[in-house]
Amino acid sequence: MIPELIAAFLKIALVLGVISLVVAYLTYLERKIIGHIQMRMGPMRVGWHGLLQPIADGLKLFLKEDIIPAKADKIVFVIAPIMVLVPAFVVYSVLPFDKNFYITRVNVGLFLVLAVSSLGVFGIVMAGWASNSKYSLLGAFRSAAQMLSYEIFLGFSLVGPIMLAGSLDFQNIVEAQADVWFVFYQPVAFIVFFIAALAETNRIPFDLPEAETELVAGFHTEYSGMKFAFFFLAEYASIMAISTVGISVFFGGWGGIDAIPLPGIVWYLLKMAVLIFVFIWIRATLPRYRYDQLMRVGWKFMFPLAILNIFVTGLLKLLFI
Amino acid sequence: MELPFFYLFSTGIIVASILMVTRANVIHAALLLVLTFFLLSGVYVLAGAEFLAVVQILLYAGGIMVLYLFSIMLMNVDVSVRLRQYHRQTFFVVIIAVALAVEVWLVLARGEAYPDYKGFAWFVGATPGNVEALGSVLYTKYLFPFEVASILLLAAMIGAIVLAKRTIDR
Repeated sequence: MIPELIAAFLKIALVLGVISLVVAYLTYLERKIIGHIQMRMGPMRVGWHGLLQPIADGLKLFLKEDIIPAKADKIVFVIAPIMVLVPAFVVYSVLPFDKNFYITRVNVGLFLVLAVSSLGVFGIVMAGWASNSKYSLLGAFRSAAQMLSYEIFLGFSLVGPIMLAGSLDFQNIVEAQADVWFVFYQPVAFIVFFIAALAETNRIPFDLPEAETELVAGFHTEYSGMKFAFFFLAEYASIMAISTVGISVFFGGWGGIDAIPLPGIVWYLLKMAVLIFVFIWIRATLPRYRYDQLMRVGWKFMFPLAILNIFVTGLLKLLFI
Repeated sequence: MELPFFYLFSTGIIVASILMVTRANVIHAALLLVLTFFLLSGVYVLAGAEFLAVVQILLYAGGIMVLYLFSIMLMNVDVSVRLRQYHRQTFFVVIIAVALAVEVWLVLARGEAYPDYKGFAWFVGATPGNVEALGSVLYTKYLFPFEVASILLLAAMIGAIVLAKRTIDR
């Protein structure tokens, strides 16, 4: 009992530590990649090629004055960044990193990730309301509408692969892809999933909750110091979490090609790196959607597509398997 | 191991619910309701109903309560906080509370009287997890009530759209 508990705590500490560090360096990666795409150098001053920039940024945010607006609802204002950060990290408790490396395994794993990641919107709504600022409130409204809608498509797009795997347990889903990755069986589902994932993590082209040009910084306009950093950390942590879900459900998770013997965790990290690069690449390439366009694309195009995908998958499964 | 957690969750539910109904600020009340949903899903997990626990978070906390907050935030909360709160329903409230208490007591007493009550026997054994069990039961034994419920929900959905869209352009 006690040794198991200690082992579990060690695993949690390891995963949390690594993810916090990686998340900090994702900001560096994003600035570098976007810099090079736009023919700039990106951060160069701190350390070799700016390698210590995230540490300097973190230190700066840590030392900054923490301002709470006079008319803000203090309790909710303080809880909001925590409410964003906690779900973003809790989802890692069931995500698979390797055949034998995961914090815990539950038979509703995929469903649990969807449920917990849908809670991030509370923090955003709370932040927007508690700031007592019009820009923040508008950002929060947009965010609530956007995340509620795209959560539905995200869930529906995953139903097809779940039907093929016959399980909600991540390990079973990964093992079901030992021969063929589900992205080849379910290309439509993957497209819907990827678009919904972009919207769910508030990334360009769907970053309407924090559209700088119209809302200053959206829901976190009034935040400063570490509280502001929490929103940033949460955004990158959820990008990694949603990428892990995508990898596990569509790209065979920790499974690799038999010809090249690499440990599962390396395969997982490689796939993760590619997917995250695509996320950043899209940010550097596409303009932002207008709000009504966002809703129209979601409800009139992606929703029917996801339903149709479920129907066709069910039909094919009934006829051929 | 389960008992301390059960007491933790249930005390949490009671405290959060009492705080919820006594707050003057509606937003605080709504957030406390979310907390109650969380703790309730913890109780579901202890009862071995993981699927129900996740649905509780996904639908009630992640879906319905966000919509609630959405509409509450559009109101002027500051004004409503300063208003004196009153109602004239004491008589009815007492009747309903007594009726509910009797109902809860009857259910609990029934559990006492039949310790091997087999109402949820389909739930354990047979299949690997309760997702599979729930799925197979919903589409076989309880197919009719399941379909009736879904048609009811569909009707409600269409009704809501018609109400929201007063003028239907042809």
